[in-house]
Amino acid sequence: MAAGLTIKHLRTLHVGPVDLAISPGECVVLTGASGSGKTLLLRAIADLDCHEGEVLLDGVACHTMHAHDWRSGVGLLPAESQWWGESIGAHFQQPDEALLKQLGFGCEVMDWEVARCSTGERQRLALARLLQNRIKVLLLDEPTASLDAENVSRVEAVVKQLRQERAIAVLWVSHDPAQAERVATRRMRIESGRLQEVV
Amino acid sequence: MGVIALSPLDLALASTMVLLLAWISRRMQFGIERPLLISALRTTVQLTLIGFVLKVLFDNATLIWVAMLAMLMLLIAGREVMARQDRRFAGWWGYGVGTLSMFISSVAVTVLALNMLIQPQPWYLPQYAIPLLGMLLGNTMNGIALGLDRLTTSAWQQRQQIEARLMLGHSASRAIEDIRRDSMRVGLVPIVNAMAAAGVISLPGMMTGQILAGAPPMEAVKYQILIMFLIASGTGFGTLGAVWLGSRRLFDERERLRLDRLSRQNTKK
Repeated sequence: MAAGLTIKHLRTLHVGPVDLAISPGECVVLTGASGSGKTLLLRAIADLDCHEGEVLLDGVACHTMHAHDWRSGVGLLPAESQWWGESIGAHFQQPDEALLKQLGFGCEVMDWEVARCSTGERQRLALARLLQNRIKVLLLDEPTASLDAENVSRVEAVVKQLRQERAIAVLWVSHDPAQAERVATRRMRIESGRLQEVV
Repeated sequence: MGVIALSPLDLALASTMVLLLAWISRRMQFGIERPLLISALRTTVQLTLIGFVLKVLFDNATLIWVAMLAMLMLLIAGREVMARQDRRFAGWWGYGVGTLSMFISSVAVTVLALNMLIQPQPWYLPQYAIPLLGMLLGNTMNGIALGLDRLTTSAWQQRQQIEARLMLGHSASRAIEDIRRDSMRVGLVPIVNAMAAAGVISLPGMMTGQILAGAPPMEAVKYQILIMFLIASGTGFGTLGAVWLGSRRLFDERERLRLDRLSRQNTKK
C-alpha cells in the first residue's frame, strides 16, 4: 500500500493521461504555461470534474469513499478564494489562533467583513479555512500570486511546517521559478495536459 | 336568484378599453401592445374553448373524461413551468421536474379534498373537480416556476461559492442549502401574501364568483378558506418537491456541481 497521493492514468477532456505519486511530506511543484491544464488537473484530483483513471489516498481509491470525505482529505486551495458568508468568522468553526498568527492575523479577524478584506488577506485566510480539515494532501493553485514578499514567506513557512509536522503531501502550482527552487522537493512541468519531470 | 347574463355587446364594450390601452402603448412606444393584444385574444379563444369542453364534460360526467382533461391541464401547466425557466434542466428533466412535482402535489390534494372534504356524488363530479384542480394547478405552477427559477439562477450565479464549499469537504446538500432554502421561500411568498391580503385588500376570485352567482356570503367564505388552505399546501408541497428534486439534479453521484445539466433558454427579451 502506497502512502500519500497516487495518481494512475488520470485523464479528463483536456488533461492526461497523468501518472504521479506524491509521498507524505513531499512537495511537488508544478509549472506550465497558461491553459496547459494545471488547474484542471488539480480539480480532477479533488474529484470536482469528471475524469477517467484512479486517484488513491494512502492506497484507498477515491471512488470507494464519499466525495465529501475525499475532499476533506484532499484539500484544494483555488487561485481565487470564494466566501459565502458576510463575516470571516462565519466560515470558521474553531479558529486555530497559532495558525492565524503565523499567517499574520490576530483573533479579531473573525469579526472582519469579507467584503472589506483585500485579495491577499482573503487568500491567506482561505488557507487557514482549508486547514481546519484534517487534510493529508494539499493542492495549491498559485496560492501566493496576490501576496507581497513578507506574506509569501509566511505561507511558505506554514506549508513547510505542515509537511514536516503533519507529513502532508503537497502539489503546488507556481509561476515563480525562485519559489519553486525554495519549496520543491521535486519539480514537474505540464505541457498540453501531460506531465514531465524537470531535472 | 340567477346570474345576470352578459351579452356579446357587453364583452365588446369591455374590449374597447383594452384596445384603448394598446393604442396608448403604441403611441407612447411602451412596446407592450403586441403581447397585450395577443394575450387578450388568447384569453378569449382559450376560455371559449374551455367553455365548450366543460359543457360537453358536464353532460358526460365519466371518470375517464374528467381524468383526461385533468391530465391535459397538467401537461400544459408543466410546459408553462418549463417555459418560465431562464436556465432550465436539459432534456426531459426540464419538463419532468416541474410536471412531476405538480402531479404529486396538485392532483393529490385535489383527489384528497374531493374524497374527504367536499364529497360530491360521484367524487369526480366535473363541476367540482375541474375548477378545483384548475385553481390548484394555476397556483402550484407559479410557486414551482418561481422556486425552480431561483434555484437554477442562484446555482449558476453562485457556482464558485458552491464549489468552494465542495472543496472544503461540504456535502452537496450542505453546499446548496442556503440556495435551496431561499428558493423554497420565494416559491411560497405569493400564496402567503394572498392569504394575508384575502378579504382585506382583495376579494378572492372564486368567492366573488359564488357571490355573483347568488350563493350566501358565508358559504362562499367557507369555500374560499378551504381553497386557500388547499392551495397553500399544494403549492408548498409542490415547491418543496420540485426544489428538492432540482437541487439533487444539480449534482452528480460524486457530489460535483453539474451546471452542464442546465441549458440556457434563448429568451425573446
